[in-house]
Amino acid sequence: MAGKKDKLFVKGNEAIAMGALAAGCKCFFGYPITPQNDIPEFMSKAMVDAGGEFVQAESEVAAANMLLGAGACGIRAMTSSSSPGMSLKQEAISYMAGSEIPAVIVNMNRGGPGLGDIGPAQGDYYQSTRGGGHGDYRLLVLAPASAQEAYDMTFEAFDLAFRYKNPVLILGDAIIGQMKEPITPREPKAVDPNEGGEWRLESTGGKRDHRIIKSLFLMDGELAGQNKKLQAKYDNMQKFVDFESYETKDAELIVVAYGSIGRIAKNAVRALRKKGKKVGLFRPKTLYPFPSVALDKLAKEGKRFLTIEHNLGQMVDDVRLAVRKHADSALFCVYPGNMPSPDDFEAPILKALKGK
Amino acid sequence: MTTKAKAVAPKVAANTASETEELVFDRPESMVDRATHYCPGCHHGIAHRLVAELLDEMDLTKKTIAVSSIGCSVFLYNYIDVDTVEAPHGRAPAVATGVKRARGDKFVFTYQGDGDLASIGMAEIMHAANRGERLTVVFVNNTVYGMTGGQMAPTTLIGQKTTTCPGGRCKDREGSPIRMSEIIAQLGGVVFAARGSLDSVKNIRQAKKYLKKAFEVQEQGLGFSFVELLSGCPTNWRMTPLAANKRITEEMIPYFPLGVYRDSTADGTCGSLVAPAEGGK
Repeated sequence: MAGKKDKLFVKGNEAIAMGALAAGCKCFFGYPITPQNDIPEFMSKAMVDAGGEFVQAESEVAAANMLLGAGACGIRAMTSSSSPGMSLKQEAISYMAGSEIPAVIVNMNRGGPGLGDIGPAQGDYYQSTRGGGHGDYRLLVLAPASAQEAYDMTFEAFDLAFRYKNPVLILGDAIIGQMKEPITPREPKAVDPNEGGEWRLESTGGKRDHRIIKSLFLMDGELAGQNKKLQAKYDNMQKFVDFESYETKDAELIVVAYGSIGRIAKNAVRALRKKGKKVGLFRPKTLYPFPSVALDKLAKEGKRFLTIEHNLGQMVDDVRLAVRKHADSALFCVYPGNMPSPDDFEAPILKALKGK
Repeated sequence: MTTKAKAVAPKVAANTASETEELVFDRPESMVDRATHYCPGCHHGIAHRLVAELLDEMDLTKKTIAVSSIGCSVFLYNYIDVDTVEAPHGRAPAVATGVKRARGDKFVFTYQGDGDLASIGMAEIMHAANRGERLTVVFVNNTVYGMTGGQMAPTTLIGQKTTTCPGGRCKDREGSPIRMSEIIAQLGGVVFAARGSLDSVKNIRQAKKYLKKAFEVQEQGLGFSFVELLSGCPTNWRMTPLAANKRITEEMIPYFPLGVYRDSTADGTCGSLVAPAEGGK
């Protein structure tokens, strides 16, 4: 049976739940919020069927803290939410980063600020890539542009979380979550029952010293040491950078966009290519680590850049930092609340192409 | 307290002159040999000891995962020799839910103060209790935020002066002190809820019985168990330890009466409250 099963036609949200299940997720802690409800709904049955645990928590705060508890025990665990709920989860996410607890967190980004709307948006880019809560820390941030990528990224997210003992964030949006597409599922992972055996909490069994998982470091030099250790870990994460490069080789202008906007922009780029325009697309698949080195290389080759985002301009900061030695980036924003189409992008891309 | 085992197999203190001298009172095995950071007269030491004695006596130490909370007792993990995870402020019951769901065969307890449990963590304690999580919560109520320097707590008594109600807590302005054991006892998943006190030897002995019952309830998989311990904070009460004990006796106990508020193992309601309904899925 070394191969692929039949294709499934599912929502992105369901793809994420299925990816988690195939990755050996054994605990799910959820709370209702649109547009991610399909994930806890799916998991409420799937976790029980898989011999795991599902809890509908009293709040996103509690759900994230349940995740902290299960993660501290070295169990593959997950929570999901959408923007307003993510704000509430930040407390526990900061603690998990500080105490080096592996976990997978899904944010199906909706319009903000405040209650915003329930449509797609990318307003949580800063929150996702700068840590999100208090203190210095980073999450690995994966940004799918399709149901298949949502499945695949969730499938791999647990391995990454345990490799780095760090929370991993899947950053989708209402488009990715609600759109139905065919996916090819993978063979379920065989999770090592001893995963995390060198640090996880499972009681002493009377055979070893007790373990403490904590983020409080009061002794002289202790916290600085922990922060140094965390920074080394984040440096080490840089090698897991991933991106899609489309028609960039001979392009004069490169559109930089991620997630659903990256996919819509790709259609615009494809249409313009048919009209003979030398444009390309660069789509970061990891937002942290950010593919700065690859962008710098393109900038060195003399490319120009246009960042397109579904927010007021957030990722553009990272693009500008990446290309700053050789270039700059123009910006085209789709305001959260508006739903873009490929046609909307052609004019700004052409304008930036003429540019200068 | 626990001296029985020691009397049977006496240890000889290493630095004693006489080889016949018997050690008749020692720290429980599950307590780490380390001086605590607690203030003179603080009752956390007694509460820790009661927990540790029971972990020893019930042979639970090796299968226990503790959840420490925010406040003076965050350092529980320095004193009790069990795997421990540190929860954010008030979230210990949620963290413990995650721990117990992940490792259902372990003995899991939280240890929380009144600011942690009855203020910022009110939602987490209520819902963990209501779900009937197989946890034990040790709730240390000293009517004040200790670690941060003596601010008003949800359990601060009317008229009690703190650094944030310097004129004394006023019911009309700050509301009334919350009686947690009474509230928790009303919730469906709770099998045992009791309030003890650490102000006298008699009450300490009784408190240990409550803790033992609570631990047994978890070990039997019956549901949620909760023990509140009225405790002194001489530093932030601006009192001597003896005066603090007297305050518990004379002021706290009348407002927070001691006793069992829920024991579903005794009144026959346990099974009907805790077992999931047949075909309920």
